Order: sequence, then structure tokens, then C-alpha cells
Amino acid sequence: MWAVFLVLFLPLFALPLLVVLGASFATNWSGVLPSGFTTAHYEAATRGEALQALTTSLVTATAASLLALATGTWAALAAAALKQRYRKALDALFVLPLAVPSVVVGLATLVAFSQPPMLLNGTRWIVIIAHSVLVTAFAHQSVSAALARLDPAYEQAAASLGASPAYVLWRAKLPLLLPSLTAAAGLCFALSMGELSATMMLYPPDWTPLPVLIYAATDRGALFTGSAVAVVLMTATLLVLLAVSRIRTRASYR
Amino acid sequence: MTEVVRKPRAVLGWSRPPGGSRKSSTAPRPFGALLWALPPLALLALVFLYPLALVVQQSFQPDTGGTSVQPYADVFASSAFREALWTTVWLAVAATVGCLVLGFVLALVIAFVPFPGAKAVARFIDVFLSFPSFLITLALLFVYGTVGMANGAWTGVTGAAEGPFQFLTTPWGVLLAEITYFTPFVMRPLLAAFSQLDTGQLEAASSLGARAPRIVRQVVLPEALPALAAGGSLVLVLCLNEFGIVLFTGAKGVTTLPTLVYGKAILESDYPGACVVAVVNVLISVGLYGLYRVVSRRAGA
Repeated sequence: MWAVFLVLFLPLFALPLLVVLGASFATNWSGVLPSGFTTAHYEAATRGEALQALTTSLVTATAASLLALATGTWAALAAAALKQRYRKALDALFVLPLAVPSVVVGLATLVAFSQPPMLLNGTRWIVIIAHSVLVTAFAHQSVSAALARLDPAYEQAAASLGASPAYVLWRAKLPLLLPSLTAAAGLCFALSMGELSATMMLYPPDWTPLPVLIYAATDRGALFTGSAVAVVLMTATLLVLLAVSRIRTRASYR
Repeated sequence: MTEVVRKPRAVLGWSRPPGGSRKSSTAPRPFGALLWALPPLALLALVFLYPLALVVQQSFQPDTGGTSVQPYADVFASSAFREALWTTVWLAVAATVGCLVLGFVLALVIAFVPFPGAKAVARFIDVFLSFPSFLITLALLFVYGTVGMANGAWTGVTGAAEGPFQFLTTPWGVLLAEITYFTPFVMRPLLAAFSQLDTGQLEAASSLGARAPRIVRQVVLPEALPALAAGGSLVLVLCLNEFGIVLFTGAKGVTTLPTLVYGKAILESDYPGACVVAVVNVLISVGLYGLYRVVSRRAGA
């Protein structure tokens, strides 16, 4: 069993990541192992166009996750107070972006925001809007799942002591939801960082996120540079996820 | 579970639910609650529902003007569309079957064979899922590409001019990448289901003389079926809509519905055609996603 596991798991899942990592340091890969150790790809991947793409991705992902978190949490909280029939309808509407292919979300955003009254085509906002739409469903799902598990005793106790609904929300509900909020934020951020399909339909030339740059590099045959940019993308995502999970552990101590 | 308990509801109008319900006593009155639901709903309508409606509208408006089903007739008649539809469907079904088989075996090993790294593996799966799918294709380019690892090793050993692995730009390359990327999506619900499995059942079966394959077939598999169904239908939807993997293989011969939408809209500027393909893609995908929600609710996932 052990051998089966090692034979299946390692080559399939660990190898791809290691291969990309190995290739990012190589000039040539025509044998079993890459050859020609170099860090030149990283110099290219942390400068100029690539550096700008990194900031673009970070800004887009941060903006999209915050927007998605705010909208998704609001919708989940509002839905929880509704009658079951309305709640189901609202939940279904907010989950819908998950079921719609992200290419179609890109196309729809492009069609809608290329004509007046909302002419946003060619600006960075169209990318941020599309990313927010794509990740809101994840934020909404994880917050409403957490809300369903929440023990109503806390808010009932707070309310019975005379706290106003706003105070209950701010001091009892949101702190209790904080772990799932940060988890949702991390998920949204990671998804937005790696989003390619809708972005390919929308990105203006001066707002190129990292995945588009990686595609452009591999498309013109610069596979090794593309790998270095991909490693930068993975590292940035992991660092942010790590930071977000630290917030979560700090919050759980309180 | 609470839904079942709450079934006997007040008949007339809105009344406070009985104690223990998840509806809080601090909830605003029904009208106020509806009012609170409006802002996020309006935002969603503005940036998602209205654009989607525009796509449907534009799919009925050919470039020549007017409103007709001409774009649909054109697209359905084109062989490119029919080929893309067929490729999308068989790739998604094959990838789902592959993910189910592979994910079942791997989850079985992680859950029931005690070894020290199981927790690390579970964590690794989470990290793996947070990376974009096209990284897999990028890696496969180095492993099986024309000058990659496998072909390089082959030409080095045999002295041949070309390696035997040329499948990367064919549908098989896409299939391999999709199975690799989406298998963890099956493993997660399975691992959750296995963790709830009563080990007493397994011990009873084995003390009665059942061998491992029989235990898997008659005890583990029935317990895992709901999780398999939920994971499988999710992967089916994700595979139908996969774009990055197909784009990165650079295979001109492999066109799926999402890449056809991209090609028609961005490369050919044929917006009515792109909208028609998009509508078809959305219908298939939303239908299957609805199925997934029903199945996964049954599975309790």
C-alpha cells in the first residue's frame, strides 16, 4: 500500500511543483535533470514588466477579496435573517457565479462594461470587478456555512442583556465568525492571484496580472522565464496565505 | 438536521421560530430583513446578473442587425462547435472517471494505512488546491514536452533523434493535466467521509475473515458513495469549464467550449457567436452544478 501511495502521489502532485521550481533555475532541460544553473530568470522575473505584473496581481487580488468578503458576508448575514424560501433563493443567486464558467463571466463583464452607461473597458476596474464576481461565491459559501454552525446562544445572551442588533453583530457575531472570514479571505486571494480565464478576456495592456504574463512567456517559448514568474506567483500566494492563517491563530487565542 | 426538527411551522404568516433554531432573536423584522438583503443583491445584479442577461440578449442579435435565432443556427451548423462540444464532454467525463479512481485509491491509503505523513499530505492538498491549474500544464511541458525530461532521457539512452512522448498537444495531454489537478477535489470529501467511518465495522469484517479487497468493496465503498458522487459531479463541472489547462497546452487541435468562447470573442471578434457558445456552456454547467448541489446535500457534505 505504501509503495502504491508513493508511486502515485509523489510523481503526480509533488513532481509538477518541483519541476517548475527546477526549471526556473535552469537554462536548458534536455536530459533527466535540468542543466545550466542560473538565477537570471529571477532577475528578469522581479524587475520591470514582471514586477509591475506582481503589483498588479497583488492589488487586484486584495481589492477583489475585500470586495467579495464584504458583499459575501453581508449577503450571508442578510440571508440568515430571511424566511427559508427567500434565504434559499438568495443563496442560490450568490452561488451562481460558481456554476457559470469563468470565461463566460469574463465575456459577460466585457459585454456589459464596454457600452454606456458603464464604460469601464480598458481600465483596471473591469479586471477587479470580474475577479470580485468570481470569488464572491466562495466568500459567501464559507461565511454562510460558518453562520449555520454558529451557536445562537451567544447572540441571544447579548441581546437579552440589552445589546442593540448592531452591537451584537459587531461584538458577538463578527468576532465568532473571524476564523472563517480570514479563511475565506485567504481562499479568495489565492483564487484571484491565479485567475486566468476571465482575465484573458478583459485585461487592458497597462494592467497585466501575473498569470497572463506567464501565459505570454510560455506562448512565445520562454518556458524557463515563465517558470520563474510562476514560482514568484506561488511564493507570493503562499506568503499571503501564511500571513492570513497567522491572523486566524491569533484570533483563536482570544 | 435542524430543518427536519423545525418542520412543524406556524401556518399563518411569520412567527418566531421555536427555540434552538439558528434564526436569532435579534433578527430584524421580515420587511427589514428583506431591505437588508437588497444592497448585496443589487450589487450582484449590476455586476453579474445584468451582464449575463446582456450575453443572452446579444446571442440573439446577429451582426446584420435585428433579432433572430440566426447566430444559433450558424453556430450549431459549424463543425468547429460540434467538435468542441464533443471534445469538452468526453474530456470532462474521462477526467472525472480518472479522478474518481485515483482519488479513491489515494484517499483509501491516506485514511486507512497508518503512516506519519498523513497530516502533512492533507495540508499539502490544501496548498496544491490554492495554485492555479495552468501550473500543471507548465510542469508537464518540462516532463513530457518535445525537449523535456522523458524525451531527453529516451534520446540520451537510445540515441534516437526524437523521443516517444508526443501526446502533450493532443487531448491526452489535457486529460493527464486535468486528472492531476482535479484529483484532490475528490480526495477531500472522501477523506471527510472516511474519517466518520466506524473502524469497528472494518474490524468486524476482517475478524469474520474478509480480505482487504472484499472489505473495500462491501464496507468502505458503500459508505463512500455519497462523497464520491459529490466530488465527482464537482470535478465534472470544473473540467467542463477548465480554460487554463487547455490554453497552456497550446494544442491547436484541442478546442473546448471555454476556449471556443475565448477564440470567437477575442481572436475573431465574433461576439454573437461567442455569446451563443457561452449560453450553451452556461446551460450545461449550471444544470450539472444544480445536480451537484442536490447530490452533495444528500451526501451531507
